[in-house]
Amino acid sequence: MIFKGTRSRKRTGRTLRMRDRVLPHLISTATVLGAVLIFRALILRAEQWPRIKAQFFNLDVIIEVFPKVLHGFGINMSVWGIALVVIAVWALVLAILRSLTGPWFAPLKVFSIVYIDLLRGLPSLLLVLLFGFGMPALQIPGLPKSSLFWGAIAMISSYSAYAAEVYRSGMDSVHDGQRAAAKALGLNQGQTLRYAILPQAIRNVFPSLLNLAVALQKDVALLSVLGIRDAVREAQIYTARTFNYSTLIAAAALFLAATIPLARLTDYVTKKDRERRLQRTT
Amino acid sequence: MHKIEIENLTKYFGDKLVLDNIDLKVREHEVVCLIGASGSGKSTLLRCVNDLVPFDSGIVKINGLSIHSPEFPVRDLYKRVGIVFQAYNLFPTMTVLDNITLAPRKVHQIKKEESEAYAYELLALFGLECFANSYPEQLSGGQQQRVAIIRAMATRPEILLLDEVTAALDPELIGDVLSVIKSLKKQGMTMLIVTHEMGFARDVADRICFLDGGRILEEAPPAKLLSEPENPRTRQFLQRIIEAGRL
Ligand SMILES: Nc1ncnc2c1ncn2[C@@H]1O[C@H](COP(=O)(O)OP(=O)(O)OP(=O)(O)O)[C@@H](O)[C@H]1O
Ligand SMILES: [Mg+2]
Repeated sequence: MIFKGTRSRKRTGRTLRMRDRVLPHLISTATVLGAVLIFRALILRAEQWPRIKAQFFNLDVIIEVFPKVLHGFGINMSVWGIALVVIAVWALVLAILRSLTGPWFAPLKVFSIVYIDLLRGLPSLLLVLLFGFGMPALQIPGLPKSSLFWGAIAMISSYSAYAAEVYRSGMDSVHDGQRAAAKALGLNQGQTLRYAILPQAIRNVFPSLLNLAVALQKDVALLSVLGIRDAVREAQIYTARTFNYSTLIAAAALFLAATIPLARLTDYVTKKDRERRLQRTT
Repeated sequence: MHKIEIENLTKYFGDKLVLDNIDLKVREHEVVCLIGASGSGKSTLLRCVNDLVPFDSGIVKINGLSIHSPEFPVRDLYKRVGIVFQAYNLFPTMTVLDNITLAPRKVHQIKKEESEAYAYELLALFGLECFANSYPEQLSGGQQQRVAIIRAMATRPEILLLDEVTAALDPELIGDVLSVIKSLKKQGMTMLIVTHEMGFARDVADRICFLDGGRILEEAPPAKLLSEPENPRTRQFLQRIIEAGRL
């Protein structure tokens, strides 16, 4: 039998038989489904299952603590949202400082290099502990004493170093001819960045930046080590009291609900970006 | 009067001598073509004229004044001398219109309406007015190159430098760009042109310079240089071009 769908013909350039089109999907779906069912049967039949279920998937517990975990998750997401904006700007500043040429800008350039080297080389957890506990303990007048504030600063500092490097790779990827054209038009260094280099650089690295945003979205949970009552902390408090881990599962579900859509968006943006580049070269 | 005067220009890239004591003068309204093998220093010479690359010794004068003299205002150089590159180098994140008006507005502080009016005038002249709000990627190579020429002309320069502006184009698109350049010649534009199109050089040039190893080996009107070159290396170069079917 010949399949006459115009869509398939357009995509493949030739007519596919129904069997060739559908069979692979059927087989793979059946395989996955079978594996899941077998796995499920094994789990349900295991003698430990009731205990596991009570410990990890206890619905009553989840419902009881969910409002608190959700509230904590709100803190996670607000920190994430604010950090994202600050990082986007601060990292760009760092990348620009690093790209500057000329003796006047040398100190700024060195600052940027040292900053990036230091903060990229240290574990985020260490930075969070150092800032979150250390800065409030200093009791410096005029500076905030909230460990949430300083924890967020630690995350921002650390991620900015990565994001700055991403921006820099984007700036490096802009063709030299663009700089030559800008110079030939009489643009100064700042105008060249503003009109020629940065718009292209940011467009080129936008997918990579989104990837960093996904990573940050879950890493904000590090702030729980400071005692901040975020989703993880709330879940942990309950766990410590009752030895029931269901609330951690609830927190996990919330994080997944946030990160997976963003990851899909990143995929989509990456795909669009690749299509755009392909179009340009052909 | 001389628009461009290049005197004893020498340039090294590292240890490599790229331009060796070049002397070249271009009068007002004159069109001079630079020809020569790949790597002979044509692009570098062009870029020295508007200070895109630094050189080691010698002088480049525009309108009789050294481009490095303190009296020569830097902005003036880029206003008076426009350059067009082989790879167009339009800014891809900007529309055609913004590409053209960027320098007039941001560098030379000309009002938006005024610079846009002039941009439309130039676009219309080259038959591109319907692309004003397109992005460069949406244009063909020939159209992009014509936009690049318009961009270089948007500051009303007195001198245009053109670096192999047709080298990246399909043969059927070359004609449009070349006819634009010919019309610029009719308007009296002073031009220094690097080209591999010998037929075009013969049509448009008042003089042709043959560059080899960073030196100008021969300099003559097209009829003479292309038909009866004196220097054996020029003859050899033209012979190879003829063999490649490009003359
Ligand atoms: N940025 C650079 N750094 C080092 N060497 C360079 C640089 N640019 C050019 N050169 C060298 O200078 C010489 C002249 O280069 P140039 O681009 O001026 O040649 P060209 O005559 O324009 O050649 P083509 O016809 O291939 O464009 C070449 O040998 C090249 O390798
Ligand atoms: Mg060249």
